[in-house]
Amino acid sequence: MRDAHNTRTSRGIRVALVTALCAGPAQAHLNATGLGPVYDGVLHFLISPEDLVPVVALALLAGLRGVEFGRRTVFTLTAAWLLGSLGGLGIVKVLTVEPVWSALSFMLLGGLVLTDARLALPILTLLAALLGAVHGVINGSGVGWSGPGIIALLGVASTVFVCCVLLAAFVTQLRSQWSRIAVRVAGSWIAATGMLMASWSLHAG
Amino acid sequence: MNLVRVNTPLAAINTIALLWTQTASAHVGSGEAAGWLAGFMHPISGFDHVLAMIAVGLWGAQLGAPAIWVLPVAFPLVMVLGATLGFLGVPLPGIEFGIAASAILLGMAVMTAWRPPLVVAALLVGVFAVFHGHAHGAELPPGQGAMLYSMGFVIATGLLHALGIGIGTLQRWTWGCGLLRGAGAMIAAGGVFFLSKAFA
Repeated sequence: MRDAHNTRTSRGIRVALVTALCAGPAQAHLNATGLGPVYDGVLHFLISPEDLVPVVALALLAGLRGVEFGRRTVFTLTAAWLLGSLGGLGIVKVLTVEPVWSALSFMLLGGLVLTDARLALPILTLLAALLGAVHGVINGSGVGWSGPGIIALLGVASTVFVCCVLLAAFVTQLRSQWSRIAVRVAGSWIAATGMLMASWSLHAG
Repeated sequence: MNLVRVNTPLAAINTIALLWTQTASAHVGSGEAAGWLAGFMHPISGFDHVLAMIAVGLWGAQLGAPAIWVLPVAFPLVMVLGATLGFLGVPLPGIEFGIAASAILLGMAVMTAWRPPLVVAALLVGVFAVFHGHAHGAELPPGQGAMLYSMGFVIATGLLHALGIGIGTLQRWTWGCGLLRGAGAMIAAGGVFFLSKAFA
């Protein structure tokens, strides 16, 4: 019984070793192949704080307000981002997120989270639409008309949706006072970052 | 049944080692990681700043709600105003004295478990935050990415407050209260040291 088990194990190890010897190049760093357009879009969003932080702040704000606000924000933001991206494809000039815009959006959204502002649903929807449209147009203008570029924009919009859903859902289910305060403190950090960026802009200007 | 056995000391050492790692700078845009790291390191590279920021957290924890979160929220927000003055080159006399005084007074507040009204506590913390912010703004290294630097700066400041609050939870035990008061005395002593250096 034991011999049979050992034989099976030894055969398994040999098969694994032969398989490992036959393996192709790992191309772990993807210098040659890249990640593909969808993942390019996903990573672009995740490593661009000027895009990511306002979405985080908006999701926190929507989550603090409740389920209905969260749902509306998630779908409005994603739709506006996607439509803005498609609209931005036609713009010849490559736009960038201006530091002043980033500073203002950080201060506004972070401040709203900090104060736990009781915004009406239409106001929050408007904020989500504005944020999505502006950042979407900027993303679209940077990509231009190309097949992989459009797929990358889909990657960006999908990531916006996923991040917003996860964060808003997480905050919505928080019940204890300290956990909601922790969310508001995170808002204060975003607002303080925006204030520092604004004063930096004054300094540079 | 334990499916996974965790070696706690080893896990702690690994975590600390990971936190100690240097920048990979693998594929980031030029200067961006340096901007974030420079911002993150700035508040924690000066011991006088570190003492005062931890003292804010300790004092907030002693005072309880709502001071436990109002003070750490007020400090970074007001500190940014001070940093703006520093950026713009607006002179603020006696910065080093103000920073040393913040460690002394906040340390003494923790040591004596002083319980003023919330407005007074917030005002005191806010005034000191202006000095700390001005020093940071005036010492800003040139050419760093504004957004990432700012994020690192604010996060480091917030984490120092959180560290103070975390240590402040010791006050639920009698021995912890004594320990906190002792920590306050040490912070005040540190402030006296920095004050003597400012005079030197």
